[in-house]
Amino acid sequence: METINAIPLATNAEGYLKNYNEWTKEWAEEVAAQYGITLTEKHWDVLQWLRQKQAEDVKLNIRKVGNSGIVDIKQFYELFPGGPLKISSKIAGIPKPVSCI
Amino acid sequence: MKTIIILGGGTAGSIMANRLHNKLDADEWQIKVIDKDPLHYYQPGFLFVPFGVYEPGDIVKNKIDFLPKDVEFLVEEADKIVPSENRIYLKSGVMCSYDILIIATGAEIVPEETPGLKGELWQKDIFDFYTLEGATLLAEKLKNWEGGKLVISLAESTIKCPVAPLEFTFLADAYFTEKGMREKVDIFYVTPLSGAFTKPRATKMLSSLLEEKNVMVIPDFYTEHVDNERKMLVSYDQKEVPFDLLVSIPVNKGSELIEKSHLGDEDGLNFVPTDKYSLQSKGFKNIFVIGDATNLPASKAGSVAHFEADILTENVLSYIEGKPLEAKFDGHANCFIETGFGKASLIDFNYDTEPLPGKFPYPVVGPMGLLKVNRQNHWGKLAFKWVYWHMLITGKNLPIPSHMSMAGKEVPAELLN
Repeated sequence: METINAIPLATNAEGYLKNYNEWTKEWAEEVAAQYGITLTEKHWDVLQWLRQKQAEDVKLNIRKVGNSGIVDIKQFYELFPGGPLKISSKIAGIPKPVSCI
Repeated sequence: MKTIIILGGGTAGSIMANRLHNKLDADEWQIKVIDKDPLHYYQPGFLFVPFGVYEPGDIVKNKIDFLPKDVEFLVEEADKIVPSENRIYLKSGVMCSYDILIIATGAEIVPEETPGLKGELWQKDIFDFYTLEGATLLAEKLKNWEGGKLVISLAESTIKCPVAPLEFTFLADAYFTEKGMREKVDIFYVTPLSGAFTKPRATKMLSSLLEEKNVMVIPDFYTEHVDNERKMLVSYDQKEVPFDLLVSIPVNKGSELIEKSHLGDEDGLNFVPTDKYSLQSKGFKNIFVIGDATNLPASKAGSVAHFEADILTENVLSYIEGKPLEAKFDGHANCFIETGFGKASLIDFNYDTEPLPGKFPYPVVGPMGLLKVNRQNHWGKLAFKWVYWHMLITGKNLPIPSHMSMAGKEVPAELLN
């Protein structure tokens, strides 16, 4: 991302927030805007769910989001086009999801 | 008399039965292995079947021949584990009690998870090679296929032997080249991952190999359904890939039994939440999990099961003695990657260290090369079939330590801090 955040929080080279606790909604909105996403209530539900799972130390993948009861996989793609889990994780201030291989 | 039940007599289950049998006092402990299938499949061999290298007879034997004589082997399908009772209910109506349970039920393909995959084109123009049946039918298909768009597609990122689809792709390139018809075949590699593999250096090496072999990689493609009428893969974000021949790696899931016993992870894939170091299940102290059945962030591969078995044996013994579980699995995986034309590559890695270049198993002399493509690696891969049947599944020690070793690896400057 070339845009420099107006709200400067420490991130890694790929833009993922280093400290989960520093996350703010304003910061999330700004990161979302870099992807051309305006956060709606549904987006926030997903982001809060991701943050809750992170706090519980649950390893995430797209299927788990699809089984969350908040969105199905198709809606998840519609909310965060491109790479939904990677993008939503970044906006939610949680680490980049790792593949299991 | 106390009982250890090992559910599943595949790679992981056989190794554990042999190891525990060697360590435990037969007057105190009875070991039972339960599996619904009496046959043991050499799964790494499935890859070669479509190309006529192996016949089914080379890669199938009886499970019982690899278990110690006084281990009881039940060919029965388990219906449900009830951890609160320390019991397993079998479909035949029989009930088995255990003091310690080791879940080694593996992973299997479930084409039904993807709408249209098991439709009218299944086993006509759509095949898998993760089952002996699928691989055998695909061999017939390839023999007479006249060319077109060959699409290799991964339905999900968590799959058994994550390099096998790449190996299939390389072998297909070689197969059609040797048949003199490579120019009639366009090969596409469709994956939900962002690249050919997950780890950066291996991805770089494998991507350039794919490019060299004129294979088109279509990354970030998460298949929603297969349109049989239009012969098209369709993703969740409405991207499409047409095919003439689709070789699918369907969604991999753990056993249905796990779902029925409410022991699976939240993604519904029926893998059991497991401590990534001790291999104890997260839910129950007397239940341990090994091999493809776990939800560990490690490869689902025989080498991983083998390395895990060293750790799990130690921890089961500690558990029996009431000691803390001190042996720790490091995520070690070791995979040959067939690249076609009698050559192969090799990767060796763990939770913390990605595959690096170098020599294996010994520094300087190798004889095998890490992240390199050469003939020694290919011979290593072929020789492994003998090692598997004669040493590995019967729990004999191999000259490879269970923890990954940095000896022989060349660490790139940017990783040295």
